[in-house]
Amino acid sequence: MAKIELQGLGKRYGSAQVVHALDLTIEDGEFTVFVGPSGCGKSTTLRMIAGLEEISEGRLLIGGEMVNQREPKQRNIAMVFQNYAIYPHMTVGQNIGFGLYTAKLSKAEKQARILEAAKTLGLEPLLNRRPAALSGGQRQRVAIGRAMVRDPAAFLFDEPLSNLDAQLRAQMRMEIKSLHRRLGSTIVYVTHDQIEAMTMADQIVVMKEGRILQTGSPLELYENPADVFTARFIGSPSMALLKGEVSGGALRVAGAEISGRVPARASGPVLVGVRPHDLEVGAGEPGAGFRAMGLVEAVEPLGAETLTHIRIGEAQAVATAPGRVLPEVGSMVPVRAAPGTLHLFDAASEKALGRI
Amino acid sequence: MSAGLEASGRLIRPGRILAWTLLFIGGLIMATPLLYMFSTSLKTSGQVYDLRLIPADPTLKNYVEVLKDGRFLRWFLNSMLIATAVTLSNLIFDSLVGYTLAKFRFRGRALVFIAILSTLMIPTEMLVIPWYLMSSQFGWLDSYWGIMFPGMMSAFGAFLMKQFFETVPDDFLEAARVDGLSEFAIWWRIAMPMVAPALSALAIFSFLGNWTAFFWPLIVTTSRDLYTLPVGISSFSAESSIRWEMIMTGAALGTIPTLILFLLLQRYIVRGVMLAGLKG
Repeated sequence: MAKIELQGLGKRYGSAQVVHALDLTIEDGEFTVFVGPSGCGKSTTLRMIAGLEEISEGRLLIGGEMVNQREPKQRNIAMVFQNYAIYPHMTVGQNIGFGLYTAKLSKAEKQARILEAAKTLGLEPLLNRRPAALSGGQRQRVAIGRAMVRDPAAFLFDEPLSNLDAQLRAQMRMEIKSLHRRLGSTIVYVTHDQIEAMTMADQIVVMKEGRILQTGSPLELYENPADVFTARFIGSPSMALLKGEVSGGALRVAGAEISGRVPARASGPVLVGVRPHDLEVGAGEPGAGFRAMGLVEAVEPLGAETLTHIRIGEAQAVATAPGRVLPEVGSMVPVRAAPGTLHLFDAASEKALGRI
Repeated sequence: MSAGLEASGRLIRPGRILAWTLLFIGGLIMATPLLYMFSTSLKTSGQVYDLRLIPADPTLKNYVEVLKDGRFLRWFLNSMLIATAVTLSNLIFDSLVGYTLAKFRFRGRALVFIAILSTLMIPTEMLVIPWYLMSSQFGWLDSYWGIMFPGMMSAFGAFLMKQFFETVPDDFLEAARVDGLSEFAIWWRIAMPMVAPALSALAIFSFLGNWTAFFWPLIVTTSRDLYTLPVGISSFSAESSIRWEMIMTGAALGTIPTLILFLLLQRYIVRGVMLAGLKG
C-alpha cells in the first residue's frame, strides 16, 4: 500500500513537451482514474509512475520515497496492460506465477499465492491452460492475477478493458472495483472511456494536452465541471451547449426562455450547458428554469427513457422523454430544465462561471 | 456427370487443374536428381551409365564400403559438429543482434542496421580471400574453428530475427520489466520463446547451409580428417577415376540428417518460409 505523489512531473520528447508539470496526490488505497482523449498524456504519466518512461522533470514519490531514478522492479508496483501481455508460451498458472519471478519465496509459498490469486479471480479450473485457449475476459483476469500475486504497493492499469466487448467490459468493471474493495490497494487506472472513470473511480483526473484540467470525485466532476471540456467529456450523452449573451444581469439565449439568478461574474458572450438528463421533454411552468421549443431530429428509445435529439435555434441538444413516449421526428416539442441545472461557461475562456 | 464435377458434386476449377499440373511438373523436376542419386547408389560401377531409374541388379555393396571406410564417418561427424555449432551460434548471436535492433532505441541504430544489411550484398567469393588471410594470420587454417568462424553470425539471420522481434508487442517486454526481470532474462525467457517459429526457420536454413557448405571448407582444410562431408565426398572424384556410385552413396547418406530435420520441422519450415518470404 502506498501513497503516490506527483510533484511537477513532466515529460519531454526532444523539444515537444507532452506532459506539463503535473501536481497530484493519490492517497493510499485510493482508486484514481486518469481520463482524457487519445494523446492527452495519461498513458505517458502512468508509464512514468511505472518507471517505463523516464521522467524529464519534477519528482515522483511512492510511499514517501522519491523513485525518479528507480527501475520499475524497484518501485514495487504491478501493471496490467491493454493487450494483457500474458505470455503465450506459458500456462495460466505459470503466467500468474511469473509475477513472483524475483520474489524470494519457497516453491510451496509461490504455489499457495498462485492458487489464492486464481481462486479470487475464478481461474482455478484454468490453471493448466494456455492463454490461446482463454476468452478475452479470462486473459484479462490472468493479467490481473499476475499483478495480484506480488502484493504490490500499487496497481497500474493501462486501458485494460479496451479490447473487450461492451458486456464483458461492464462485468470486468465491477470485478475490478470489487477487487479493489477487497484488496484495499492503491490503483491508478488509465482510460479514455468516461463511463469506466465514472463507475470505478474514487478520484478522477481529467487530462487534456498534457495538463490536468480537473481532479475530483465522479459526482463532483459531473455536477461542477470546471470547464467546457470536462463538462462535455464527463457524462453520457454529452452536455449540450447553447450560445447566449449576458447583459445587464440578464441571460438571453436564442429560442429559449431562461429565468434565474445569473452569476455576478458572468457578462458578455457565454455558453449555457444543459445535461440530457436535466433536459426533459414537456412544457414547463413559465418563469421556472429553462424552457424552449425543439425540432426533433432523431429519437433513441432505450426502454426506460427515450433520448430525443433536438435542435434549439442553431444548437443541438439531447433531451429525455419517458420510456413509452416517442416524439415524432420533424415535430416541435417543448423542453424544460429545472432551475439550478444549467451550467454557465465563459464563451472565450470556456471556464465555468456557475450554475443557474 | 460432367468432367468438371467430382464424385461429391463439387466443381473442379480449371485453374486448380493447371496449378496441380504445374506443381506435379515442378515436383518431378525436383525429385528426379534425388531419385537418380538413390538409384545410382544401388548400382555397381559398371552400371552407372545405365540410365534406368530402377537398377537391373540393385546392391548395397556401396553402402557397406562407404560405411566401412572410417573416413566417411569422420566427415559425417565433422559436418554434424560444424553445422550444429554454427547453427547454435547463429541462433544466439543473430537473435541478440536482431532483438537489440528491434527493441532498443540508441544513437546510430539505423546506421548499424544498414551496415549489417549491406554485408548481404557482398558475394562469398569476394570474402574468401580476406577470410583466408585472416585464418592464416590467426593460425586458424586447417582447424574446426577456421571452418566455422565466418558463419558464426550471419547478417541475414540478424535481419530475419529483427523482423520477427519487431512483431513482439512491447507490452510483453515491459510487463516482464515491471515484474523484475533483467534485460537478458527478458530476451531469453520472454522474447525468444515468442519468436520460436523464426528460430526454427533460422535453425533450418543455417543447418542446411552449413551441412552442404563446400567452397570454404575445401579452401581452409588440408587434412583429410578435417574434411566436411561434401568436401570428403568430392574427394572420391579426385582419385584415379570418378567413382559416381560412391559419390552418390555418400550423398544419399548425407541427405539423411536433412531429411530427418525436414520431417521433424516441416511445419516450421513452411511457416518460416511463409513468414520470412524466403526461398529455402
